[in-house]
Amino acid sequence: MNRINKKLSEDKKLLSIYFTAGYPNINDTVSIIQDLEKNGVDIIEIGLPFSDPLADGPTIQASSTQALKNGMTTEVLFNQLKDIRKTVNIPLIIMGYFNPMFQYGVEAFCKKCQEIGIDGLIIPDLPVDVYHEQYQAIFEQYGLRNIFLITPQTNDERIRYIDSISNGFIYMVSSASTTGSQSGFGDEQTQYFKRIADMNLKNPQVIGFGISNNETFIQATQYAKGAIIGSAFVKHVSNHGINTIKEFTDSILE
Amino acid sequence: MNYNVNDKGYYGEFGGAYIPEMLYPNVEELRQNYLKVMAEPDFKAEFDKLLKDYVGRPSPLYFAKRLSEKYNTKIYLKREDLNHTGAHKINNTIGQILMAKRLGKARIIAETGAGQHGVATATVCALMGLECIVYMGEIDIARQAPNVARMKMLGASVVPAKSGSRTLKDATNEAIRDWINNPVDTHYIIGSAIGPHPYPDMVTRFQAVISEEIKWQLKEQEGRENPDYVVACIGGGSNAAGTYYHYLHEEDVNIIAVEAAGHGVDSGESAATSILGKEGIIHGCKTLLMQTNDGQITEPYSISAGLDYPGVGPMHAHLCKSGRAEFMAMTDDQAMKAGLDLCKLEGIIPAIESSHALAIFEEKTFKPDDVVVVSLSGRGDKDLQNYIEYFKI
Repeated sequence: MNRINKKLSEDKKLLSIYFTAGYPNINDTVSIIQDLEKNGVDIIEIGLPFSDPLADGPTIQASSTQALKNGMTTEVLFNQLKDIRKTVNIPLIIMGYFNPMFQYGVEAFCKKCQEIGIDGLIIPDLPVDVYHEQYQAIFEQYGLRNIFLITPQTNDERIRYIDSISNGFIYMVSSASTTGSQSGFGDEQTQYFKRIADMNLKNPQVIGFGISNNETFIQATQYAKGAIIGSAFVKHVSNHGINTIKEFTDSILE
Repeated sequence: MNYNVNDKGYYGEFGGAYIPEMLYPNVEELRQNYLKVMAEPDFKAEFDKLLKDYVGRPSPLYFAKRLSEKYNTKIYLKREDLNHTGAHKINNTIGQILMAKRLGKARIIAETGAGQHGVATATVCALMGLECIVYMGEIDIARQAPNVARMKMLGASVVPAKSGSRTLKDATNEAIRDWINNPVDTHYIIGSAIGPHPYPDMVTRFQAVISEEIKWQLKEQEGRENPDYVVACIGGGSNAAGTYYHYLHEEDVNIIAVEAAGHGVDSGESAATSILGKEGIIHGCKTLLMQTNDGQITEPYSISAGLDYPGVGPMHAHLCKSGRAEFMAMTDDQAMKAGLDLCKLEGIIPAIESSHALAIFEEKTFKPDDVVVVSLSGRGDKDLQNYIEYFKI
């Protein structure tokens, strides 16, 4: 069974953390992953940096720019991860924009992910219909789960379509925004969380965007299987370094 | 072969809508409505009236006698430089502001490089009384001060793009991010024939008035609608798209696209995307794109701020790959010289973008009875400082 599906079947609320590979330093990737697992994180999203991350806010943009300056590339990341499954057991997802994967070759990219033990991909600018028509077969051949986003503006029909194409979890964007731009959830979000929960989708939902502390984590996981933290974590390692990961995860999980 | 967009939003293998889900409702709303709205008699009447009374169309098709004598061929200039605000950009912003109103949008955003599209957008927003926010790279703001002032006088907010390379591509990223954060009341007026489908097609259709006019104007002057060549400069490619549109399927008309070679195609400082780029995804479409082997988008260079875009519209990528259009690349030096030539020979100061199209006559020989129509996409007022510094005037 794919590690993502196995993790989703556990009877607990899941914490997923995003970090930008190659940031703050080029060789931090493996130790960040190991520390996150050790400190109770359930799923890790490894950000493959891109020069033009148009769904991301300033924090992840800045970390991506720095990671590229540090020399991060697709090849470098794959090399860093080649032995990761000797020490890490939780699901690992690569999150990145489509162009670097497209240049690497989509099939070659998927194949490499399988060799390493990557369980899924999140590609914000690969639309569900293009995936469905051109790439789904390849992803499935290499055992990868492709995770799609939905937003408060996504209508029910499209949510059902995305649910039918998905085979992992659905990434619920908490509000209309780029990453890192929200603080706290209001009535509008809670209503949206309820609406989606009531749809009884076949894939569990994990909420992302706007989760930065214990309070928002609890709020989000009241309605969903788990929550994803990205910008807040990137900001934390930027301010406090990578030796303080436990402080961060403790503050979320309390 | 079909050179127009197909029903899935592609030109051959190029185009499509590679957008984050957050943008899907906006882009889908536009996709479902744009052709319907453009076909409404009310819309057409309002668009045509504004182009006539406000923009000053039709723009003249001018036979450049002395330039023609110099190169021993028949050169016509399509005078988009005489439009209100000084370039072809206004054709598209008039169309899109009317579209935005039909879709009930109250807030307009745009990206701009040199500031021409920003000024054209700020202008139509003032005309319609809509809020206008223009994203512009921090570096461009510093080097295009007069256009920043124009936009402000017209009531627009100019927001600096401080990420990445702080130029046009980053301004476009910021505009897209704004749209993600404001998904209901906002329309994004893209200034070139780029972006996710339906933008390249919609922008092309608004700019198509250029070739629609060339047809009847040339008929009046030469007795035939079809020239032997149509020539236009290409950054993203909106003036080129409009200049070619009604000739795409006229096989007796040769199409020439002129890119900016900067300091030379192989100099490392160039914007010749058709030569230096390869297939990739930028700002929501699959097209030819300047990038590293690793798929990171690189920063192009040209003396002309309107041509230094790392991609090219998907229609043009298809025209290039299919061989329908001949692509040429002119350097800064060639363009500047051709610009000054036009001043002396015809009394017209062209935009440096347009000067790239004029520069091909030094490189390519035409027959004496060839009719060559060149899109003079903009006037050179905005470039005076560049001309002054370059020629030490």
